[in-house]
Amino acid sequence: MAKHDIVIIGGGPAGLAAAVAARKAGIQDILILERDGCLGGILNQCIHNGFGLHTFKEELTGPEYAARYIEMVEAEKIPYKLNTMVIDINKEKEVTVINKEDGLTTIQAKAIILAMGCRERPRGALNIPGYRPAGIYSAGTAQRLMNIEGFSVGKEVVILGSGDIGLIMARRMTLEGAKVKVVAELMPYSGGLKRNIVQCLDDYGIPLKLSHTVVGIEGKERVTGITIAQVGPDRKPIPGTEEHYSCDTLLLSVGLIPENELSRSIGIDMSRITSGPEVNDQLETSAEGVFACGNVLHVHDLVDYVSEEATLAGTNAAEYVRSGEEKSNCHVVELKAENGVRYTVPQTLDVNHMQDQVTVRFRVADVYKDRYISVYYDGVQISKRKKKVLAPGEMEQVVLKKESFGDYPDLKNIVICTEVE
Amino acid sequence: MEVRELICIGCPLGCPLTVRIEGENMEVKGNTCKRGDDYARKEVLSPTRIVTSSVHVNGGELEMVSVKTKQDIPKGKIFEIMEEIRKTAVDAPVAIGDIVIENCAGTGVPIIATKNVARV
Ligand SMILES: Cc1cc2nc3c(=O)[nH]c(=O)nc-3n(C[C@H](O)[C@H](O)[C@H](O)COP(=O)(O)OP(=O)(O)OC[C@H]3O[C@@H](n4cnc5c(N)ncnc54)[C@H](O)[C@@H]3O)c2cc1C
Ligand code: SF4
Repeated sequence: MAKHDIVIIGGGPAGLAAAVAARKAGIQDILILERDGCLGGILNQCIHNGFGLHTFKEELTGPEYAARYIEMVEAEKIPYKLNTMVIDINKEKEVTVINKEDGLTTIQAKAIILAMGCRERPRGALNIPGYRPAGIYSAGTAQRLMNIEGFSVGKEVVILGSGDIGLIMARRMTLEGAKVKVVAELMPYSGGLKRNIVQCLDDYGIPLKLSHTVVGIEGKERVTGITIAQVGPDRKPIPGTEEHYSCDTLLLSVGLIPENELSRSIGIDMSRITSGPEVNDQLETSAEGVFACGNVLHVHDLVDYVSEEATLAGTNAAEYVRSGEEKSNCHVVELKAENGVRYTVPQTLDVNHMQDQVTVRFRVADVYKDRYISVYYDGVQISKRKKKVLAPGEMEQVVLKKESFGDYPDLKNIVICTEVE
Repeated sequence: MEVRELICIGCPLGCPLTVRIEGENMEVKGNTCKRGDDYARKEVLSPTRIVTSSVHVNGGELEMVSVKTKQDIPKGKIFEIMEEIRKTAVDAPVAIGDIVIENCAGTGVPIIATKNVARV
């Protein structure tokens, strides 16, 4: 059986940054496994700009951002296998892979980094009545068809869901000469970044209808029209508010979910809210020596944070391989998300072994105005920060410093919450 | 007098801005900080954007190569630029930064590749 110190599953920005960090931390024997024919992951089809403002202080397109990390991986001579799909991992850290050259093989790893990214919610979950004619695509599929395969997707378009991919595709299709008639969003707010609403919809006069959903699809062979209706607070369509649009294409941008079949097969503890693994401050999952980063952990909107998180996972995996022994004298504290904070990553923190500081990332449950983000240690308020606007579409963070725990030798839990006053 | 409603994209706050334009004079309201004022003035006087798209590659490992305008271009030129991009094809190999179109649509700005595509 082939043996490697660190095996990284996924060659997107998370996998690449983790690999570079692990190498910089002194691990020679690393292998990246990627099921696609090239490295870079989802960035290959994200040809728009807006990547890397934080990491490289310039605005790059997706492929350019990916290329920066691919160059680092090449410069460090870190081996990778393309067209190689991981089909199983187990607690003994045996990684089962399949590819054309070697067939089915198993690799023994000392540490594993999960970096499989996410996929789009399937349209089956949508429950739209009517036929299933041609011309209905998930926004990400349409993006790949247009940007990578050069395929023209449609001429008259309705988009359901205002996630970032949907917004980006509204602009992309408009630029290619299509008419995007409307973007309908079920929620009373958009799940996308404000910047994308301005630059992708407002710039081109594309209307965004909040609290609206698709109630009917027409056409047998190909879509010929879509009916949308307003929804009430219960998210059910309100009779009499129907509007009809003739179109040949419906794009669905209804959210992303972490790609976690493998994580489940190894029996890792999963978060019901993020749909990703639960991790400690080292980004280690409940399976010892198995780390996670990027969209497989929780869905990110900024690739810069993916790279930052992955760098941490790579460094910690390297440390794990080097020390090779279980930690003693742990003081594990639970992080709790309360009152408008939906989840935190990480979910636990080891006060005795943490770095000097730990960045805790989270999302809020709704759009809030003039609220504080507060941190409590065992019920005592440690910090509060005023935010004029909080929205589910924008990831938030708080930084916890190791020194702040000095006065709390018996700390049991940390609460992160929003507060009105 | 003309009134324009904008949303500042300077930071996640996304302040709603109202710009009153009277001849040479402009008044910006609704901004929380100076950046909102700057953004509104630029948006009204000379809005610019980066345009990204992709063009066909002949003899490459991929069908398409992604491209962008090297600098910001005036917003009003977006569709002229797209028309030129749509008419263009390139021969592999292509490297990031290669000029695909010089002086696109008379803007003086070149279109450059944003992806490496090897020859096959
Ligand atoms: C449409 C879209 C637009 C975006 N726009 C922006 C933007 O404007 N600015 C910004 O900063 N960020 C943006 N993002 C966010 C950012 O691009 C992502 O968060 C980031 O790419 C996630 O990186 P990742 O490595 O976790 O996942 P991915 O890029 O998805 O990479 C995962 C990789 O793992 C591979 N893989 C999965 N399963 C297996 C397996 N079993 N075996 C082997 N390989 C496997 C996949 O093939 C893939 O290559 C956007 C994201 C999307 C989807
Ligand atoms: S005006 Fe200032 S605070 Fe308001 S969105 Fe713009 S940059 Fe942010």
